[in-house]
Amino acid sequence: MKMNITKVLLLLAAVSGGVLSCKPKNAGDASASGNAQKAYVAPGKYDEFYNFVSGGFSGQMSVYGLPSGRLFRVIPVFSVDPEKGYGYSEETKPMLNTSHGFVPWDDLHHTELSQTNGEVDGKWVFGNANNTPRVARIDLKSFKTSEIIELPNSAGNHSSPFITENTEYVVAGTRFSVPADDANGDVPISTYKQNFKGYVSFISVKKETGDMDLAFQIELPGINFDLSHAGKGKSHGWFFFSCYNTEQANSLLEVNASQKDKDFIMAVNWKKAEEYIKAGKGRKVKANYAHNKYNEKTHTATSEMKSEVLVLDAKSLKDICYFIPCPKSPHGCDVDPTGEYIVGSGKLAALIPVFSFDKIQSAIQSKAFDGEYDGIPVIKYDAALYGEVKKPGLGPLHTEFDGKGNAYTTFFVSSEVVKWNIKDLKVLDRAPTFYSVGHLCIPGGDSKKPNAKYLIAYNKITKDRYIPTGPELTQSAQLYDISGDKMEMILDFPTIGEPHYAQAVSADLLKEKSLKFYKIDENSNKYVTKGEKESKVVRQGNEVHVYMTSIRSHFSPDNIEGIKMGDVVYFHVTNLEQDWDVPHGFAVKGAVNAELLIMPGETQTLKWVPDRVGIFPIYCTDFCSALHQEMQGYVRVSPKGSSVPISFSLGKTNAVANK
Amino acid sequence: MIVVRFGNIMIERINSPKIAPLILLKNYIVMKKLNLLFFSLSLFACGSGNSESSENKNSPNASIEESIASSNPSYDPNRGVGKFTDVEVSPTLDAALASKGQGAFDVKCSSCHKTTDEKLVGPGWKGVTQRHKPAWILNFMTNTDEMINKDPAVQAQLELCLVRMPNQNLTDDEAKSLLEFMRQNDGVK
Repeated sequence: MKMNITKVLLLLAAVSGGVLSCKPKNAGDASASGNAQKAYVAPGKYDEFYNFVSGGFSGQMSVYGLPSGRLFRVIPVFSVDPEKGYGYSEETKPMLNTSHGFVPWDDLHHTELSQTNGEVDGKWVFGNANNTPRVARIDLKSFKTSEIIELPNSAGNHSSPFITENTEYVVAGTRFSVPADDANGDVPISTYKQNFKGYVSFISVKKETGDMDLAFQIELPGINFDLSHAGKGKSHGWFFFSCYNTEQANSLLEVNASQKDKDFIMAVNWKKAEEYIKAGKGRKVKANYAHNKYNEKTHTATSEMKSEVLVLDAKSLKDICYFIPCPKSPHGCDVDPTGEYIVGSGKLAALIPVFSFDKIQSAIQSKAFDGEYDGIPVIKYDAALYGEVKKPGLGPLHTEFDGKGNAYTTFFVSSEVVKWNIKDLKVLDRAPTFYSVGHLCIPGGDSKKPNAKYLIAYNKITKDRYIPTGPELTQSAQLYDISGDKMEMILDFPTIGEPHYAQAVSADLLKEKSLKFYKIDENSNKYVTKGEKESKVVRQGNEVHVYMTSIRSHFSPDNIEGIKMGDVVYFHVTNLEQDWDVPHGFAVKGAVNAELLIMPGETQTLKWVPDRVGIFPIYCTDFCSALHQEMQGYVRVSPKGSSVPISFSLGKTNAVANK
Repeated sequence: MIVVRFGNIMIERINSPKIAPLILLKNYIVMKKLNLLFFSLSLFACGSGNSESSENKNSPNASIEESIASSNPSYDPNRGVGKFTDVEVSPTLDAALASKGQGAFDVKCSSCHKTTDEKLVGPGWKGVTQRHKPAWILNFMTNTDEMINKDPAVQAQLELCLVRMPNQNLTDDEAKSLLEFMRQNDGVK
C-alpha cells in the first residue's frame, strides 16, 4: 500500500513537472485563466470596442474588436489592396495619386478619431502617410477612405493626424526638414542649417461633410517634428508638438541628434495664427499637391492638383510659436483630459517632465525666456514645468489618460507600461510588455472623456511570443484590464504591419449607423447599369465599354463577342443587390490588373487589355449563393481586323449560330 | 411534435402530414448551422456548456427558432407575415403607379423574374396576383427574410428555386407600385 502511494506521488510529480516544463517562457500574467476569461467574447457575441490600429508599413488601417482582439477589417488607405480592388479599380486609382504620380505603398503611423467638444464623436478616423506626406479621412459609416490630401513643403509626415477638440483642424508636422518646395532644392546637404526648413500644416475639416482643405502652414527652423496633441478645455486654441534634432544634424542622427541635454516641445497658438491670417499676414506660396476625394454617390474618386498654400512665418510673427525645453529627443507629447498638463516623453530620458499650461501662459506673459532658438522664443524650463516623474523607467515614449487623475506611459527601453498619478507624480503600478512597447491606447485616452476599461500596448518586438513564421514574426499588441488599481494583462493578439498609434471607441457609437449597402437609386456612377435591361456592350473606337450587372447568381451579359486584339476593355460592373453583406466579385482570366469587389448597389470598373486571341472566362470571386459556382460567363477575343461584330447576351445557350 | 434543444439550436420532429414537405427544407436550414451545433455539443462534452449560449441575442440563429413558428396554426398563409394586413385594391388600374412599378422592376427584379409564366431564377410573375393576396405579396416584398423562414408557400418555392430571394430593401411605396405593375401584367385595366 505504501509503495502504491509513493508510485502515485511520483507519477503526480512527473505529470506536474511535465506541465511546468511545457509552460512557455515569459507567459506573463495572462496565463491565469481568470484573466483570459476577461478577453473572451463568445461566438456570435459582439465586442465592446472598436480598435482602429495603424497598419504601419502596410500603409493601411486595421479594425479590431476589444476585448477579443479579433481582426474585422483592413481598411485600405495609402496602399493598394487587391482584396478590395482599392487602387486597382478605375474608380479608386485616383485616391493614390500624388504630385509624384501614383504611389502604391506608403507607411501609416497614427490614427485619430474625430471629436466634438473634446469627446470622440464617431464620424471619422484620420490616418497619416509618413513617406509621401498625406493625411486621409476615413468615413465611419462605410469604413472606406473618403479623402486624402497631400502636404507640400513636408517630408515624413510624422506628427500627424492629431486634431483640435472640435476637429477644426488636423495637423501635420514634417519629420524631415527640407528646402521649401518653391526654393531651389539642388543644394549641398551640408547647407542644412541655412537651406532646410520645417513646416507644420493645419488642415481644416468641415463640420458636417468632413471635407478637408490645407488652411495654412507655419514655417519654422529646420528641425524634426515628431508627435503632437491639441490643447483641450482651457488650453483649446493651442497645439503642442515634440521636436528633436535641434542640433540640426544632417547625418548620423543617432549620435549627432542626441548631443543636447534638452530638445523642445513647441507650443503653437493657432487661434493667434487665425488672427494673423485674417489680418493678411500670411503669404501665398506656390506649391503642387494632390487633393483626392471619393464620392459616395458616383463611387468614383477624383484627384485635383492644387497650386498654392498659405504660409505664416513663425520667426517674424513672434507670438504664434514658443519652444519649451524637454529632455532628450522627446517623442510623445500628450495633453491630459483637463487640458492643464502636457506630458513630454524623452526617448533617451529616465524621467518624465510634466508641463503646466497655466505656467506656460504666465511665462509668456512675463517673458520668462531663455533667449531664442533661430528666432523663436524659448521658455525657461522651470517656468513651464509642473514637475517631473522621477525614475519611472527607461525611455518613455507615449502617455494616455484614464480620466481619473492617472496617466499611463510606455517605456520602450525597459519594456513596460507605468501608471502614475498626475497630481503627485508618484508611480502607482507597472506592468511588463513583451517586448519593447511603442504606443499605447486607452479608449478616448487622448480626449476629455476617456473610457478607461482597457489599455492596449503596441509592441515593436515579438521575439518568442508566438509560433515562429520564418524571419518575420507577427506584430503584436497586448491588452490590459485597467478597471482596477493594478493593470492586469488579459490578452496577446497579433496585428498587421507595425502597429504605431491606435484609437478605440465604444462599439455602441458606431455599430448602429454602419452602412449596409449603397442605394441603387442614388448610384450616379457614369457607367451605372440600373437593371439588366440597360446592360450592353458599346464600342468607341478601340475602347469597349461593358455595362454589366451582377445579382445572385449571374452577370448580365455573360457572353460577349466582338472584342479584338488592340482593344481596351472596361468592365463596368453594377451590383444590383440591395441587401447587407452581398458583395459580388468579378475576375477575367489573364487580367494583369487584379479583380473587382463590388458592394451592393455599387459600380466598379476593371480595365482589361486582352493579350491574346481566344475565349476568356469571367466569374464571381466572392461566394454569393448556392449557385455562386454557376456565376460565370465567357468573353471571346478575335484577331485585330476581324469582322466579328460586337454582340452580347444572357441565357441564350445554343441560340446563336456558329460564325 | 418533439422538440430537442441543443444550446440555442432546436431540432424538431414534425408528425403532422400537412407540414411534412417542409421537413426537408428545415433540415437544410438546420444543416447550415451544423458547425454551430457541433460547437454547442463540444461545449457540453467539456462540461462547460452554460445557459448563456442559449440567450444569444446577436445571433442570426434566432431566425431558426422563428421558423419553427410556421407550424403555428395561427399563421395566416393568406396574409403572410409583415406590416401589411388588409390591403384593398381598386378594381381599376392606377396606370401611373404601375409605370413606376415597371421602373422598379427593371432595376431590382428583372434579373430573376420574367413577366410571363416562365421561371428564370425565380418564378414568372404571370398570374401572381391571382395566386396570392395583395397583403401577402407586399409582405413578401418588404419582409423577405422572415417570409422565407416562415411562409409555407415561399418555403415550397425555395425547394424549387434553391436561391433565397434577395432582400432588395424595397420601400413601401416601391412595393405598392410593383404590386400595381403585377396587376397590370395580370390584365387589370
